Amino acid sequence: MGGGRVAGVSALDVRGLTYRYPDGTAVLHGIDLHVEPGERVAVLGPNGAGKTTFVLHLNGVLTGTGHIEVAGLPLSPDTMREIRRRVGVVFQDPDDQLFMPTVADDVAFGPANFGVTEPELGERVRAALSAVGMAEHADRSPMHLSEGQRRRVALATVLASDPELLVLDEPSANLEPVARRELAEVLLSLDRTMLMVTHDLPYALQLCPRAVLIDNGVVVADGPTRDLLADADLLAAHRLELPWGFVPQP
Amino acid sequence: MSGGVLYRPGDSPVHRIPPQVKLLAAFAAVLGVVATPREAFWAFGIDLFVVLAVWSVAGVPVGWFARRAVIEAPFVLLAVVLPFVSGGPRVDVLGVAVSQDGLLAGWNILAKGTLGVLIALTLAATTQPRDLVLGLQRLRAPAWFVTIATLMLRYVDVIAGELRRTRIARISRGDDPRFLWQAGAVARGAGTLFLRSYERGERVHRAMLARGWAGHMPAGPAAPVGALRWVAGGSPALVIATAWAVAAWPV
Repeated sequence: MGGGRVAGVSALDVRGLTYRYPDGTAVLHGIDLHVEPGERVAVLGPNGAGKTTFVLHLNGVLTGTGHIEVAGLPLSPDTMREIRRRVGVVFQDPDDQLFMPTVADDVAFGPANFGVTEPELGERVRAALSAVGMAEHADRSPMHLSEGQRRRVALATVLASDPELLVLDEPSANLEPVARRELAEVLLSLDRTMLMVTHDLPYALQLCPRAVLIDNGVVVADGPTRDLLADADLLAAHRLELPWGFVPQP
Repeated sequence: MSGGVLYRPGDSPVHRIPPQVKLLAAFAAVLGVVATPREAFWAFGIDLFVVLAVWSVAGVPVGWFARRAVIEAPFVLLAVVLPFVSGGPRVDVLGVAVSQDGLLAGWNILAKGTLGVLIALTLAATTQPRDLVLGLQRLRAPAWFVTIATLMLRYVDVIAGELRRTRIARISRGDDPRFLWQAGAVARGAGTLFLRSYERGERVHRAMLARGWAGHMPAGPAAPVGALRWVAGGSPALVIATAWAVAAWPV
């Protein structure tokens, strides 16, 4: 697996993305975002800023207006299937993501839908579970795993489809410190373009050299994560706060 | 998981029969039992003998099934009451006059209900829940049915866990856990649980779409089942069907 990159093509290109809920409430007001292959970008913002809604547009689960291109392929009804293969979304609650009776069944779900058959399917499942350190739990029910293990299996379920872009929605939510660190180690070991939606600012700093701040449905800041987190006024203006006692090193 | 309550791990010949064969055999056996005339007492005896033989081969003790068959209790109650409340000619049983029709109707419910429950429990005890779903898929059950069964298998524990937590939260705030007093809170809790489950359903659907779901669960290739295994797996149902055919044959 490698999430093959095409030279000269950006990993993600979003231009003028807008979206309204069916009741007319506007959520996204024109998001622009450009991500280069291999970048790890944190998407920061207060509750209700539109971060998760934005993420659900990247693989066409929600459709607004604007332009989205993943590894050079524009999102359209015709390309939806391939886009969903290219964009691997790890959702916030692993119980929403892990819906099959066993870990191996769940990891096989995506690639099987995308047409991968045995023996390659089994190989993909083994490789994805090994990448997250969960190979020995293949035949267990997700119900019997710890929160941290479930989060890693959820990650394996999208890795198995060999995505170009990995999108993580609040990956550190509800994790104990050890599980949080283990997940960070797994994520850092993956050679993938990554978009990480999070409230966990130290986690963003640890994993993502670049960050964008979304509020009221637009990107209000884009730059090195360290610089954004050092800007106390910017954070305060958008209801973000570093944990007590945490000071980013210059 | 419900499978943990009903499934008894093992490696017997019954456990190894492909799930689609067991599903069809169980279905045919239940049909045979239900179609048997209620007066053919001997045929029900043969049916019970067949079920006991399958348990013996499967290596599952009678007590395992007896405890789980308690679910049938309400029907047993109905069967016991029928002879006393039905009309028609009366007969003496242990010195008590009961309705002859009611007696037969009660026996009919008791025999067929018990055998049906025991056959279903035998299937559940010897087949992993996920294999049952796989069997349904191999039998070309409708895709929506297989999807619902798969998700139910996965989420029954999640929902039970939520129910447990809301109950603990209720009790922690002074709710009285006696039936009549907590009925209102239980009803409101059930409503909340329904809404939460509905919302979770929407999130799960999104997660499925994100991984290329196109309306049916992907199934791996199934090894072909030889004629011998079909015959071996179907033989208990064949005996039950034969007993029905003989019993129902017009003399």
